[in-house]
Amino acid sequence: MIHAFALLLLCQLAGEIAARASGLPVPGPVLGMILLTVLLITLPGLADRVRGVAQGLLSHLSLLFVPAGVGVVAHLDKLGPDGPALLAALFISAIAGLSVTVLTFAAMLRLTRNTDEAPRAGY
Amino acid sequence: MPVTDIWTYLSEGPLVWLTATILAYMVGDALFRASGGRPLVNPVLIAIVLLSALLLSTGTAYGTYFEGAQFVHFLLGPSTVALALPLFENRRHVMRTALPMAVALVAGSLVSMLLGLGIGWVLGLRGISLLSLGPKSATSPIAIGVAEQIGAAPSLTAALVILTGIFGAVTVTPLFNLLRVRDYRARGFAAGAITSGIGTARALQVNPTAGAFAGVGMGLNALFTALAAPYVIPWIFG
Repeated sequence: MIHAFALLLLCQLAGEIAARASGLPVPGPVLGMILLTVLLITLPGLADRVRGVAQGLLSHLSLLFVPAGVGVVAHLDKLGPDGPALLAALFISAIAGLSVTVLTFAAMLRLTRNTDEAPRAGY
Repeated sequence: MPVTDIWTYLSEGPLVWLTATILAYMVGDALFRASGGRPLVNPVLIAIVLLSALLLSTGTAYGTYFEGAQFVHFLLGPSTVALALPLFENRRHVMRTALPMAVALVAGSLVSMLLGLGIGWVLGLRGISLLSLGPKSATSPIAIGVAEQIGAAPSLTAALVILTGIFGAVTVTPLFNLLRVRDYRARGFAAGAITSGIGTARALQVNPTAGAFAGVGMGLNALFTALAAPYVIPWIFG
């Protein structure tokens, strides 16, 4: 467990250093994710060693956003008189963005005849 | 020692607020499971409401709360790195969908950004408030960086990113059902690209492939927003 956690932190650290050093406009942890993916592809045996810790963190990823979310509520008054307009613009554009992304992705899958065995929602 | 003194002592340290954060989330998660995974019964939303009520009723400042909550908050970084695991396990799916991802990313990200600014303008927003809407679909560190570059308010942008994420977490499942898109690659990718971390957390709750594509969507939109927004947004308002 300690090895897996050390590997995650080292990848994040390398990502932060690479982001700062290169001036790339990508967050350090995202570069760390890319680095770990490359490591896993190169050394597939690593996957079993990080699986426990990685799945543990990801299965409760929601929890990690709670402190920031409480911060938003604590500072909700800072939205001020612009609050309703900001929320309306945010909600409508998020729905539009989600719809365009998912429909474009699905249309491109059909166009490239990429209808393979990927799992589907059974709603 | 009187109860009030014990409380005064405990409420100043990190233990109470770290414990409260995890317990509030456990309540939210239990309700989420009891509801059979209904998207509206979102564990993050429930935990935020419970904790906000607690802070308000005890007169606790957010800074004091965050002393304890920071330990949870810090794990966001290593968890983002951990997204490499679902990405690795779904690498064949991901490689085969490079073109659909690229086209969907550019289309969806631009719609989210431009429509947000357009509606905000129509509703009377101007200046810093309006600009702060621009990068809301990107993950927080990128959105904050873009906000600084284009002269928006970083703290307002950070709040809008979280609100977008919570809104996405409760919306994506009914919305995608309504649109009749059942493919988990498309559903996860859209959730991650447009509603970043909290949307990705929701996708991971639903399906591992959706979670992997959400992680890719979040990463790609971080890159796209960072590269495009500093040019697109000033160009519109130039």
